[in-house]
Order: sequence, then structure tokens, then C-alpha cells
Amino acid sequence: MSAAATPLELEQHRPYLLRFALLQLRDRSAAEDAVQETLLAAIQGASQFAGQSSVRTWLVGILKHKIVDSIRKASREQPVESVEDRGEDLDAFFAEDGHFAEAPQQWASPERSLEQQRFFEALERCLQSLPRNTARAFTMRELMGLETEEICKELRISTSNCWVMLYRARLSLRACLERTWFLADPAKAG
Amino acid sequence: MRLRLSCKEASSLISRAMDARLSVTERIALRLHVAICDACTRFTSQVEFLRRAVKALPGPDDPRER
Repeated sequence: MSAAATPLELEQHRPYLLRFALLQLRDRSAAEDAVQETLLAAIQGASQFAGQSSVRTWLVGILKHKIVDSIRKASREQPVESVEDRGEDLDAFFAEDGHFAEAPQQWASPERSLEQQRFFEALERCLQSLPRNTARAFTMRELMGLETEEICKELRISTSNCWVMLYRARLSLRACLERTWFLADPAKAG
Repeated sequence: MRLRLSCKEASSLISRAMDARLSVTERIALRLHVAICDACTRFTSQVEFLRRAVKALPGPDDPRER
């Protein structure tokens, strides 16, 4: 067992894991449960930690499984009403003739934003402004790295419904980041 | 499917291509559109950036944790 994976060391990752779980679950007690189960599983399975990845990466891998369990449990207990989402609201992003209502602007050095905590705070705020189901499908796809088929199955929605939600999320988040981050602060330009 | 796409149709395909495989016709139509459309060229690179950004969440170490 790696010296890095003592219970005390594992415990230090709790705040990070909780922030990750909250991004997906948006429910404090469900997120705390998932993190608790992750740390317990990690302590029990510490000998399985191969040391090839960082402890945090290993923990996030376990956490993702616990989060999917949590989503599965919630959707069993409280099935989502399956209303077909055709994305009529997305018309607002486009003009009558099908052009963007507001064309995407040039973003100044986006890669540099990835080094700034404030950028991620802006991104989280944008995520929180999405409709609940849209945000859930999107983070399952992009944060958890699930395939569309798995998302449809867990959320009990059709594939086309899933695509509409992912498309809505991308249109909305792109516009939100542009408005609240890339074009918000002239000091960041250039 | 028509080969001439609007930005609305093109951006929907750009998004779907990130989750599934497009048909040959869809791919050709999309390529033709993006080649002449600055807005959809930007849209493509920005949603790809968005994917990288979300993968990096919750972001660099948060000083609030210490």
C-alpha cells in the first residue's frame, strides 16, 4: 500500500470530492453520502490503489460510481416524468432565417482561463443557471464522461431527448461564458 | 437531408457529433457549412473548449479548502 493512501491522507481530499459530487448531484446530503461511501470504499480498498494515478484521480474514479448509484436510486424512487423535450426554447438563440441571433464572438486566449479559479467559478454559476434535467444530462456526459446511451437509460429519456438537452446545455453555457467571462472584463482581452 | 444548412441546423449537428456518429450526408453538409461560416467555426471550437473546461472542474486547488 502506498504511503499516500492512509485514511488521513484520503480524508484530505474530502472537500474536493464534495465539490465534485455537488456539481453533479446538486443536493448536499446526497453529495455528502456519495463522498462518505467513496472514502469508506477507498479505505477498505486502499491496497488496490496501484499508485499509477494520483490518489485524487483514483478517488474521483470511485466517486463517479457512487454518484451514478445515487442518481439511479433517486430515479427509482422518484421517476422523472417523461415529457418529450423538443427544445422549442432553443429557437430563442436563432433568428427567423436560422442564423445565430447573436453570433459567437472571438474569445481571447481561452486556454489561459483554465488556470484561473475565477473562471471555474463563472462556469459553475453558468451550470447552475441551466434547467435541472439539462444540467444533469450535461454533467453526466461531460463531467462524469458517460456515453449518451447510459444517460438515456439512467434518466429514462429517449436518445433524441438526450441530444436536445446536451445541445441546449452547450448553447446556453457557451453564451453564458461569453457574457459573464470572456466579454465581461476588458482586462482579460488580448 | 439538404446539403445547405442554416447555423441552427449546423450547430445542432456540431453538438450531436460530440455525442454520436453523424451520417455521411450530415458530415458533408456540416463541413460545407462550417467552411464558409465564421460563427459556426467559432461555435465548434468554443463547445470543444467547454468540454475541456468541464473535464477540469472543479478547477485548480481552491484556496478555500485550506
